Amino acid sequence: MASIILFAPLVGALICGFGWRFIGEFAGQVITTALVFLAAALSWVIFLTLDGETTQIVLMRWIDSGTLGAEWAIRLDRMTAIMLVVVNSVSALVHLYSFGYMAHDDNWTHHEHYKARFFAYLSFFTFSMLMLVTSDNLVQMFFGWEGVGVASYLLIGFYYRKASANSAAMKAFIVNRVGDFGFALGIFALYFLVDSVRFDDIFAAGPGLAEMTVSFLWTDWNAANLVGVLLFIGAMGKSAQLILHTWLPDAMEGPTPVSALIHAATMVTAGVFLVCRMSPIYEYAPQATAFITVLGATTAFFAATVGLVQNDIKRVIAYSTCSQLGYMFVAAGVGVYSVAMFHLFTHAFFKAMLFLGAGSVIHATHHEQDMRNYGGLRHKIPLTFWAMMIGTLAITGVGIPLTHFGFAGFLSKDAVIESAYVGSQYAFWLLVVAAGMTSFYSWRLMFLTFFGESRAQGHGHGHGHDDRAHEPHESPRVMLIPLGVLALGAVFSGMIWYNVFFGKEEAVRAWFGMEAAAHAEAGHAETVAAPAAAEGHGAADTHATDTHAAAGTHAAEGSHAAPAGPPRGAIHMGPDNHVLHDAHYLPTWVRLSPFVAMLIGLALAFQFYIRRPDWPAKLAESQRPLYLFLLNKWYFDEIYDVIFVRPAKWLGGFLWKRGDGGVIDGGINGLAMGVVPFLTRLAARAQSGYLFHYAFAMVLGIAILITWMTLTGGAE
Amino acid sequence: MTPADLNTLLPEIVLALFAMSALIFGVYTGKDAVARSLVWATVAVFVLLALWIATTGTGARQAFGGLFQDDPFARFAKVTILLSAAAVLAMSQDYMARRDLLRFEYPVLITLSVVGMMMMVSAGDLMALYMGLELQSLALYVMAALRRGSVKSTEAGLKYFVLGALSSGLLLYGASLTYGFAGTTLFSGILSQLGEGVPLGLLFGLVFMLAGLAFKVSAAPFHMWTPDVYEGSPTPVTAFFATAPKVAAMALLARLAHDAFGAIPGDWGQVVAALAVASMALGAIAAIGQRDIKRLMAYSSIAHMGYALMGLAAGTAQGVQAMLVYMAIYVTMNVGTFAFILSMTRDGRPVTTIDALNQYARREPLRALAMLVLLFSLAGVPPMVGFFGKFTVLKAAVDGGLVWLAVAGAVASVVGAFYYLRIVYFMYFGKEASALDREMSPVQWVMLMGSAAIMVLGVVNLFGIEPAAALAAETLVR
Repeated sequence: MASIILFAPLVGALICGFGWRFIGEFAGQVITTALVFLAAALSWVIFLTLDGETTQIVLMRWIDSGTLGAEWAIRLDRMTAIMLVVVNSVSALVHLYSFGYMAHDDNWTHHEHYKARFFAYLSFFTFSMLMLVTSDNLVQMFFGWEGVGVASYLLIGFYYRKASANSAAMKAFIVNRVGDFGFALGIFALYFLVDSVRFDDIFAAGPGLAEMTVSFLWTDWNAANLVGVLLFIGAMGKSAQLILHTWLPDAMEGPTPVSALIHAATMVTAGVFLVCRMSPIYEYAPQATAFITVLGATTAFFAATVGLVQNDIKRVIAYSTCSQLGYMFVAAGVGVYSVAMFHLFTHAFFKAMLFLGAGSVIHATHHEQDMRNYGGLRHKIPLTFWAMMIGTLAITGVGIPLTHFGFAGFLSKDAVIESAYVGSQYAFWLLVVAAGMTSFYSWRLMFLTFFGESRAQGHGHGHGHDDRAHEPHESPRVMLIPLGVLALGAVFSGMIWYNVFFGKEEAVRAWFGMEAAAHAEAGHAETVAAPAAAEGHGAADTHATDTHAAAGTHAAEGSHAAPAGPPRGAIHMGPDNHVLHDAHYLPTWVRLSPFVAMLIGLALAFQFYIRRPDWPAKLAESQRPLYLFLLNKWYFDEIYDVIFVRPAKWLGGFLWKRGDGGVIDGGINGLAMGVVPFLTRLAARAQSGYLFHYAFAMVLGIAILITWMTLTGGAE
Repeated sequence: MTPADLNTLLPEIVLALFAMSALIFGVYTGKDAVARSLVWATVAVFVLLALWIATTGTGARQAFGGLFQDDPFARFAKVTILLSAAAVLAMSQDYMARRDLLRFEYPVLITLSVVGMMMMVSAGDLMALYMGLELQSLALYVMAALRRGSVKSTEAGLKYFVLGALSSGLLLYGASLTYGFAGTTLFSGILSQLGEGVPLGLLFGLVFMLAGLAFKVSAAPFHMWTPDVYEGSPTPVTAFFATAPKVAAMALLARLAHDAFGAIPGDWGQVVAALAVASMALGAIAAIGQRDIKRLMAYSSIAHMGYALMGLAAGTAQGVQAMLVYMAIYVTMNVGTFAFILSMTRDGRPVTTIDALNQYARREPLRALAMLVLLFSLAGVPPMVGFFGKFTVLKAAVDGGLVWLAVAGAVASVVGAFYYLRIVYFMYFGKEASALDREMSPVQWVMLMGSAAIMVLGVVNLFGIEPAAALAAETLVR
């Protein structure tokens, strides 16, 4: 079954990509979509029936060279099951949605066939992503990792006539290269240290790595931390974390279904998946996880600030994605990988929905993306409006405080924030503030788009339309059905799976196939009493050792002493890791804080965009430097342009014009067109045809040889 | 003279008797009228002899007190010589017949020169060496001037003869110096004299003999005869010059160097390396200016001899093996290429200018493709066998410590690629020109296609010649 899931999209991509000329474009679209739906259905079967045990399905031997061995295998466990569901469900819905969205595209003329290509790319992406999430070793994962990179490149640059799309595609690819370099170094380091790329061997070596040091860049590093940081650099690139985030907003140049599938729901979460997958390593890399926490929180905050002032509807959602990914990394960084996966899971639904909803709005307004030209669309496209409303309620985290009833984002985001409170105060405060800003920019988007007066008049569309009326119109059914399905996920996915991801620790451990926890009830009071001990380890250590007999399954010391096999379960939480446990015993104000932040954001947005629409402009005027700072995304692109792009261009230009053109071409051309022909003429002149010249040459030759022999050989 | 001696010499004796009886047969029967059947008979004899030598010979034997050596090295060279001579003879028959050049002496002369070559590669003594060499050369002088009515052909014959005489003089002078200092003409005797402190006179003798042999392999700076003789001789004769005698002379050079002077590889190695570098450079550079494909092939063969010498210069068994493999590949490529050149005619008259090949691919795609493969192989472009030939000699040179020589060889091969590729360019992208005749004799077609096919298919295992060459090299370098 897993093999069918894995290869159905590939088969679809191949048939559609290479065979559409024979079967027709529409048939190609239908086949790819049907196959992905098949994969999605089977994924749900696996997701719902999996017992949490890790199984490996070896498809073939791939690499066998010295100690480097890698199978082409499917690693089926809870992590994989979650990702299969996320990837295939969203992909299937996006395929369906694209029937409508891509039906008529102004970027192409009537005779051009672009749909088959689009669907083939989508399916190829799905296959690569599945390859990534099902991998059983790092090399296979890297294959999928690069595969999704290529698919992303192809799809961002899908409108290859647009220069901006091409440069965005290149930017995505090149920025990811930086991350991939780190990832590759991480793989090399692991292979160097563990002598294997298989997950089982690597996971088993986790405790050992914590005690090794390795020399890298003239410094001695703790092996686990070094590997953790290097792998995280790869994750930063793919998941658009700070420093390497610049490509994600630009990637919105791609068609909107692509943004929903790749740049919101699936590919960008690959970094989070990587960190969670490598949890047996990260559990032994405290500095690396601290780094992840800080960077994740900073990204969440940074992206939210930028999202406040963006005007392009897709860019707002893109920064929102960037920010939410930061949340996930904070969760992974503080050691509650299940919560990271929880947020990944719910986020996939509501963010895909927001993007598809935005696509629907864009479709309705004839490819207008500037929110300043929307307004009052609530009545024109009611179904889209309600879908977006659900998405917004989900992302801002609406629910009933202190209970477990609410939209998906309410449960997962609060879980992240509560975990952050235990793990890191810095992350906690940044995340709460970011939650407020998330609420503000999400409601701002809603208010600007759907409420108020229509501002569409007086703004030319610039698409070369004729003067027929451009009343916004509701999207076709193929686009609305996916929205409806995703709405179900955005509403219910949090509540249904709350317990197994976060709510009940025993359920989480059972669900992910881990050993039962090592702390007993006695520890609660202690931890709650000292919540400020963010690390929580000092206290936790003692009660873990005291009570492990009571818990009855696992000894904390045992795992250190005998790291014989890989830890059980899809994720690993070390014996000292009590964040998940402690996160359930927090002061009430902590648990209320994200909700309060959300309300403040909503109130501000309401004030600014419904009651006093003139305020935003005034505020921007009075705080102009801050406004420009945010509008220009903290000037990251400009700084990179100065620091990296221009010197690189200069160096490239120098090597090209002077180095390659001047020295190499000049040298070769000089040699080929000057020196060699000269010698050729010389040889031709020597070949005079006169016998005595020839004889003279021979005599001269022998004379030289004899002289030479006398000078060298005879001297021996 | 014992029966065992004669038995060892049996292939040569058979061939010599065949040559004499063929001469008598020709004279007393229809003269040129029987030339055709004589050619085919000779081809058959060559092939049968090659098979005989290849299958029956085992181990190393000596005859006439060491004058004559029969060992795997000699057999490898002899088989190569016989097969290439047979191939050239077979494909030249049609050409000669059309131009009324098919004299019955032609196969007889070739047979005699082949007897000489077989003597050369088996020589174990300076006398035997010289005898074989002269038998070969005299036959070749005559063949160069085979087309008596043509000024160019007679000029080629005369030049070859005069310069050949000069080179023989150098060789003889070297031989007499060697004899004078070593006190013997036996290779094994000379080798035993090289214990400690090699007298300068002996080195002089060595250099003179190397120079004489370098003339035969047309290594620079003793190459001057090559372009003129190649151009002036009838094309089948040119094809013959470019193949069998080169193998024989190269093998003789290796035998002299290792059997007689094996104790001082550094001394002759540097001379050979100098010859190699000069040949590769000159072959590559001078060929660029050529407009005549026969002259071009002359320079090409000079360059190729440079590469073969590079293998020899390493002074190791690996080097000799590389040289033998290289020569076998070289001969195969040249047979194919000359088969094509023989077929180049316009209105029945032979054409040898490169321009005539313009747009050839459009009319004869298959032949052009075969030629492309051969030219790529000659240039040493990787998938073709020619690359592996170059690779083995370069590797032998590097392993023998002659990195500079290998680098020079690589650079020369880059320069040399130009003129091979230019022919390809003309064939595929050249300007429209008056077409060549389409007809090609079946034998030539088979040779061209077979040779091209070998260049492609041989990459699998080089048809197993490497182990044979290794065995041959082992017996020579002890």
